[in-house]
Amino acid sequence: MATQAAFMPGTKVSAGSVIWSWITTVDHKRIGILYGTSAFFFFLVGGIEALIMRLQLAHPDGTLVSAQRFNELFTMHGTTMIFLAIMPMSAAFFNFMIPLMIGARDVAFPRLNALSYWVFFSGALLLHLSFLAGAVPDGGWFGYANLTSHQFSPTHSIDFWMLGLQVLGISSLMAGFNFIVTIINMRAPGMTLMRMPLFVWMSFVVQFLVVLAFPAITVALILLMFDRFFGTLFYAPSGGGDPLLWQHLFWIFGHPEVYILILPAMGIVSEVLPTFSRKPLFGAPVVIYSGIMIGFFGFGVWSHHMFSVGMGPVADSAFSIATMLIAVPTGVKILNWIGTLWGGRIQFRTPLYFSLGFIAMFTLGGLSGVMHASPPVDLQQTDSYFIVAHFHYVLFGGSIFGLFSGVYYWWPKIFGKLLDERLGKLHFWLMMIGFNVTFFPMHFLGLIGMPRRIYTYAPDLGWNFWNLVATIGAFTIAVSFLVFLANVVKTTRSGAPAPADPWDGRTLEWTIPSPPPVYNFAVEPVVHDRDDFWVQKYGDGHGTPPRKPSPPAHVDTSSIHMPPPSYWPILLAGAFLFMVSGALVSIYQVVLGAFLTLVCMIRFMLEYHRPAAGGHH
Amino acid sequence: MAAEHVAVFHNPNIGTTGLDHRKMGMWAFLGSECMFFGSLIGTYLAYKGKSINGPGPHEILNIPLTSVSAFVLLMSSLLMVLALAAVQRNDMKWGKIWLFLTAVFGAGFVGFQIFEFTHFVHLGLTLQTNLFGSTFFVLTGFHGAHVTGGVIWLLAMWWLAVRGRLGPQDSLKVEICGLYWHFVDIVWIVIFALIYLIP
Amino acid sequence: MRKSLLARIPTALLLLAVVLLLGSCGWSLWDAPMTTVRPKSEFGRITHQIFMLISWWTLGIGIAVEAGLLWACYRFREKPGQPIPEQVHGHTLLEVSWTVAFAVILLIFAVPTIPVIFETQAATPAQAMRIDVSGRQWWWEFKYPELKVVTANELHLPAGQLLAFNLHAPDVIHSFWMPQLGGKRDVVPGRVNRIMLAPDGPGEFPGQCAEYCGMSHANMRFRVIVQSKADFDRWAADQQKPAAQPTDPLAQKGLELFSQSTCVGCHTITGVSGGVLGPNLTHFASRKTLGANLMASTPENVAKWIENPGHMKPGALMPDLGMRGEQTKALAAYLLSLK
Repeated sequence: MATQAAFMPGTKVSAGSVIWSWITTVDHKRIGILYGTSAFFFFLVGGIEALIMRLQLAHPDGTLVSAQRFNELFTMHGTTMIFLAIMPMSAAFFNFMIPLMIGARDVAFPRLNALSYWVFFSGALLLHLSFLAGAVPDGGWFGYANLTSHQFSPTHSIDFWMLGLQVLGISSLMAGFNFIVTIINMRAPGMTLMRMPLFVWMSFVVQFLVVLAFPAITVALILLMFDRFFGTLFYAPSGGGDPLLWQHLFWIFGHPEVYILILPAMGIVSEVLPTFSRKPLFGAPVVIYSGIMIGFFGFGVWSHHMFSVGMGPVADSAFSIATMLIAVPTGVKILNWIGTLWGGRIQFRTPLYFSLGFIAMFTLGGLSGVMHASPPVDLQQTDSYFIVAHFHYVLFGGSIFGLFSGVYYWWPKIFGKLLDERLGKLHFWLMMIGFNVTFFPMHFLGLIGMPRRIYTYAPDLGWNFWNLVATIGAFTIAVSFLVFLANVVKTTRSGAPAPADPWDGRTLEWTIPSPPPVYNFAVEPVVHDRDDFWVQKYGDGHGTPPRKPSPPAHVDTSSIHMPPPSYWPILLAGAFLFMVSGALVSIYQVVLGAFLTLVCMIRFMLEYHRPAAGGHH
Repeated sequence: MAAEHVAVFHNPNIGTTGLDHRKMGMWAFLGSECMFFGSLIGTYLAYKGKSINGPGPHEILNIPLTSVSAFVLLMSSLLMVLALAAVQRNDMKWGKIWLFLTAVFGAGFVGFQIFEFTHFVHLGLTLQTNLFGSTFFVLTGFHGAHVTGGVIWLLAMWWLAVRGRLGPQDSLKVEICGLYWHFVDIVWIVIFALIYLIP
Repeated sequence: MRKSLLARIPTALLLLAVVLLLGSCGWSLWDAPMTTVRPKSEFGRITHQIFMLISWWTLGIGIAVEAGLLWACYRFREKPGQPIPEQVHGHTLLEVSWTVAFAVILLIFAVPTIPVIFETQAATPAQAMRIDVSGRQWWWEFKYPELKVVTANELHLPAGQLLAFNLHAPDVIHSFWMPQLGGKRDVVPGRVNRIMLAPDGPGEFPGQCAEYCGMSHANMRFRVIVQSKADFDRWAADQQKPAAQPTDPLAQKGLELFSQSTCVGCHTITGVSGGVLGPNLTHFASRKTLGANLMASTPENVAKWIENPGHMKPGALMPDLGMRGEQTKALAAYLLSLK
């Protein structure tokens, strides 16, 4: 079959065909860029929602936004940041980097990959259509029953949230199946599991978490949907239902979800630190096993989010002990990372700054997390700003800083240009200062009794000063993000072109051009070690000498067969969105949508099935 | 050596474990389905015996009749095995017959479910009646939906075979459908035991 | 290189120090009306002790880790002409040791935690006074069954007496939190949760709902007044009295208006009405605030509330009954006569 034609320089292409090529792409690199762009956009949206909240809370008895509007803002801020910013940013890196790091040409199911993106896009769209419909979700990102029942939330706001999350969940699940198969089944020869890069390992654990945790929220949302649409009694106290069923199902998903949010960033940091310290990750096998343990035990701690609901002392104690246990593998990684820096030859470039920021901030977030592990202590801290401080330290100070580290680290590989170092460092310092000024005072606010999710507060409680400080910090973060955007613009216009290996890297992605050709590797690499590229360049320092680079293989790259583009992913995603949104419109739309979805599914599955009478695949 | 590696690249579906990607993908999917049904079953068990009113399982479940439908579903798994074997040995005449019969048996099971559901509604048990109604209908309903999906899949494959577009080179696709079908059957065994058999 | 070194002092650590400094000068954690760090009950104290234990350890670990990180960055920064560093892959003994050390420290936290969990959730002893707390959108009802007292939003407690709060939830999940006395407990429909504590000597401080419960979650506040036994008994005796008969003509007009309008469907004033959807108003004037500790109970505020409850408390379930001007003045006068 014909080669996937890369755009030749100098060829005139119409805007239409460019857009069409992006809409029908099945190339993991392009899909990664789609995810990344979406993630940045929604990070902005979620950030603006945060800024409005901070403006409202800067002073007591604030009147900038109404109670209803504020409740919508914190609901959308949380939902957006978790599902539309952090997860897709991680997905951008899974997509672009995993095949490159394992020496593959694409993922196992390229069209399913595209489908995952377009279903994600549909979910994000559905959530935000709520703004147009004037029914913005307002039940919190965690939507506790029975506030979300029809009786207490009669408008469509909860429906938009419920259906949007369901769609997003399906997108994540499909991507999970894809990457599990890719990582198990498509590694280059010689790349045993223990020779896999740490980012791939952490991502591998994340995919298992996705595949096993999302079904719990799928069921939780289905039960909510049945309660709201069909009058079932799952969360209805009047019928004997228990609102706590929601909390259990939600947190059985929700706790693994927080590991889904942090492990990719930990994986990135585990790549960046060795590269810029010029030595391997200290205790790489231990870091890998810790990741696996966190993934496994992460399913056993969910009720530490429920210490105040009255589960009884036995359950409280069991979950407390389990939570403290899981702090061990989480915590020792920090020492492994410091051990990587130790004895190294550290080059302070922007990616490293963000990884160092990750370690510093995640440590603080982890320590406050250990406090919450004790139920008596947690009963004062839960549902207060102390918890808000904790999770922003791990999700922003942790995940976001880690993801930005990846952005600066892999930007040259993805786009072929190096982001400006000075602007990068300015971004880092502004974000670091802004972040701490915003969130550190929230520990104090929690200690002096400020509950979460309140749109205003009385002036005589001693909360005024720190709230104002937090608001100032929030705007500093906003400025830092503008610096980043300026860097992107500057780099796109006039950035220095990046070589294949700008950082003297250790892993396979640095062996191919920046940006990579559509087929990634002309010749499949053969791997002999962890950090194989480094060992190839310098030897492993323990007797293995550097390998002579093999003479360029005479491969006719035009004969490399890459999967052709397909419009079925976007069509199927569109049909699915049509069906799901029909729940808010009419039964006929649901039925028609279901039929269209079925048709698109069959066409999708049969796209490469052989036609009648002869013809091989 | 280079040619060897390019050759490995060239076979798009078999991975380094020797397993086809698609079969591995189906296993991963079935793993998530275990958690899905596990959550629904967990909900059923959490609410077992907690209904405030209304018909309870002992008053309304017809164990003999449901045992027949369970048997029908179990037999359909046998038919699926026969279908796969036929396709693998290029006996497409029997392949078509077994595929079609598997679908028929599956549809028969769904037919039993529909009968049971409408009968229960007549007896006064609906989704809204009590916790038993809510949990029973949602759990068995979603299982039935999975069976229905499988029936559609089987009929699609049967139709492809009728058009001459399914043969031994597609036996992996039949095998993957079979994995799904057997899984759905096993879930029914668990549900049947928990809802109907255990007091 | 030296310049970048100075810039390398992590702003985080510096900021931490600055912020901590400011924290101790600024509004003191100590004096804040809803502070959790100066508990006024044994229940609060035993849990606070664990918090302090964990805090000191985590402070120490935090400083050690951040210092280690900083030191590594400084000591091993790249210098010109350096060769590739030794490719150390790990150190088993070191890794095992620090893993064990972590586990031991966590054991130090777990050991006091578990007994305290059981102690604070023990069965209610016979001598405890029971108080039934009902959290509703967006106010608090307090019933003292043994004293036959029903009130709302202002919680009087006898100092030194063991109290068992039984938490009821007629609508959605709320959370009952008196930060100065100790941790919170959720109010969950379908179950009765419980907090047990004995408050220390007299004091007055706010409490608040701590679980998002809808539009006016932020306004679901209450007031806790801990009194000496004698004062509490006096208060209880006053609360047990029937509703005061108004003597002032304006207040009498208010009573007339009250009995003839839909107010009676939601509120109880003993001898006048028996509604149970809204707060018991029999001794409304004995409370310092209205609207669930939202504002002071003055004639202007009471009138404003009656005219437009949704304005003061968005989403309030009390409707605007169309009362205006003289009517609301009269009603306010009546309500404020109900001592």
